[in-house]
Amino acid sequence: MKEKINKVTSPCVPLPLENVDTDQIIPARFLKATTKEGFGDNLFRDWRYGEAGNPNPDFVLNRGVYKGEILVAGKNFGSGSSREHAAWAIVGYGFRVVVSSFFADIFKNNAMNNGVLPVVVSPEFLAEIFASAEKNAQATLTVDLPAQTITNNETGRSEHFDINPYKKDCLINGLDDIDYLLTNKSKIEAYELAHR
Amino acid sequence: MKTLFDKIWDKHVVDTLPDGTIQLYIDRLYCHEVTSPQAFAGLRERGLKPFRPERVTCIPDHNIPTVNQDRPIADPVSKNQVDTLEKNAADFGLAHYGLLHPKNGIIHVVGPETGLTQPGMTIVCGDSHTSTHGAMGAIAFGIGTSEVEMTLATQCIMQSKPKTMRITIDGRLKPGVTAKDVALYIISRMTTGGATGYFVEYAGDVIRNSTMEERLTICNLSIEMGARGGMIAPDRVTFDYLKDREFAPRGEQWERKVAEWSSLYSDPDAEFDREILFKAEDIEPMITYGTNPGMGMGICESIPAMESIDQAGRISYKKSLDYMGFTAGEPVLGKAIDYVFLGSCTNGRIEDFRAFASLVKGKRKADHVTAWIVPGSWMVEKQIRAEGLDRILEEAGFALRQPGCSACLAMNEDKVPAGKYAVSTSNRNFEGRQGPGARTILAGALVAAAAAVTGCITDPRELI
Repeated sequence: MKEKINKVTSPCVPLPLENVDTDQIIPARFLKATTKEGFGDNLFRDWRYGEAGNPNPDFVLNRGVYKGEILVAGKNFGSGSSREHAAWAIVGYGFRVVVSSFFADIFKNNAMNNGVLPVVVSPEFLAEIFASAEKNAQATLTVDLPAQTITNNETGRSEHFDINPYKKDCLINGLDDIDYLLTNKSKIEAYELAHR
Repeated sequence: MKTLFDKIWDKHVVDTLPDGTIQLYIDRLYCHEVTSPQAFAGLRERGLKPFRPERVTCIPDHNIPTVNQDRPIADPVSKNQVDTLEKNAADFGLAHYGLLHPKNGIIHVVGPETGLTQPGMTIVCGDSHTSTHGAMGAIAFGIGTSEVEMTLATQCIMQSKPKTMRITIDGRLKPGVTAKDVALYIISRMTTGGATGYFVEYAGDVIRNSTMEERLTICNLSIEMGARGGMIAPDRVTFDYLKDREFAPRGEQWERKVAEWSSLYSDPDAEFDREILFKAEDIEPMITYGTNPGMGMGICESIPAMESIDQAGRISYKKSLDYMGFTAGEPVLGKAIDYVFLGSCTNGRIEDFRAFASLVKGKRKADHVTAWIVPGSWMVEKQIRAEGLDRILEEAGFALRQPGCSACLAMNEDKVPAGKYAVSTSNRNFEGRQGPGARTILAGALVAAAAAVTGCITDPRELI
């Protein structure tokens, strides 16, 4: 069972960079573990820490003012490598929702398979969230998965987001694809017989 | 009326959910040591075994050293991951080609060259460059570890059907322009996210006239413009390449398969969600100047000016050029470089070594350049020696290393130091990709060879 996700209200952590690739989310040298734990410590490692392991005071996660369960990033978030370690790092750090105007395909699947909800918003809505967060670090967003809406509580503006019904159901109920596939094995065997 | 993609996809649909989500049957799963351990752990937690073990091949490639592979791996964490793959394969009865095995190498090099990869198949691996295999007329794409676990458990994954895009490159390539340049050109025009949501078919004169290995390079880089995968309709080139390879069908079955594969092409009236056309004559030897593969240009061009970048992207653009130590608007020709890497699943095949050797033959590696020359597999290494390319390389001051992913993602010791410039035939120039602070300039084998002998960014056409 994954952690279920329903409605999240939280301040956000803004990362207004575009094309944030999974090598930045979790660099390759930290991919050597054989479990899913501990990746949160190295989330955005090379932006977050200097060469000697000293925290970079300018990076958003180190500024102390931005905290919350919602990460907001520029377009094309999660591009590049298919490493699911990126999703494990994000969930390990404590994020439940990632908001962007555009996600890379593999990352999006990996996020949902780990109980992290990717929310796609319009570029205008994204710009507005960044502006609200810059003005007020405590500004909150509400992401309502059943209603498929995201609200910027600072401005009161809301936007609808798309998610396919199967994935939505999985996230709300904490189920994953394997749970589903295992119930469907007879169809797999029938398929194999028919295509031999 | 069907596209190549649709023909193969439709044949692999096991079930369709009411919302359109597809349960897709997977013909082949490749596993490497980095993205599989948690999947095997998941299987064990659920008390499951691989559903169709004969469809799974395990090859360690990411973490492995490229020297002294006969000795234990020095980094204990890397060693543990490589050992874990071997144990998982043994426990579950899966094919495993470990270090020094004649079929060891980068999984995306080994799959095609052994004939494990075949037209019409669905192929997945926990690696985004799985798109490589699409060059043989397969649907091949990268997946996450959860999906590796699904495939192990059920030989299926749940997918929404991607949109289709056809990229046609017509005309004739100019001399000195390689398949890597074609791919970097396409990505520079499409941008790093421009094909996200799409499965791409490559077509046109350039593709029809290309060798199998050139096609593998082009499809390999599909993910760098965000595409789910890339593919090319199989033809005589594909069949000639595949025939008599170890796992290819034989005898009567070969004939039957070739007949079947010959129907794998997009029908003349097939409709794509997007069609893109490029002219071969517009493509120059390419180079990247930034920190994603979309930031590429002809080697003689100048880095785009800040004013040409849209407002929302300027912070990222400046950050990228600062990281590279470059200035907007300046040319890169003549800039000194420190490292050259020939290898990876993009450019680690025999034709890449032939191209590199042809340019450095009779010349000398620049003294200040460190060069890592890494075959994609032992089969490639053997061929390099059989053709005497190793002697040409040695005479020019280049030493051949042992196969693996190596400096492409620097999970082993092959790391470029902070601030140093590497001209690399690999696939990603992301910040820190080749080591923390490393500055990667992506290019084809000829541009890499030219940089290796001159010690600076050089148009290879001046040396050919």
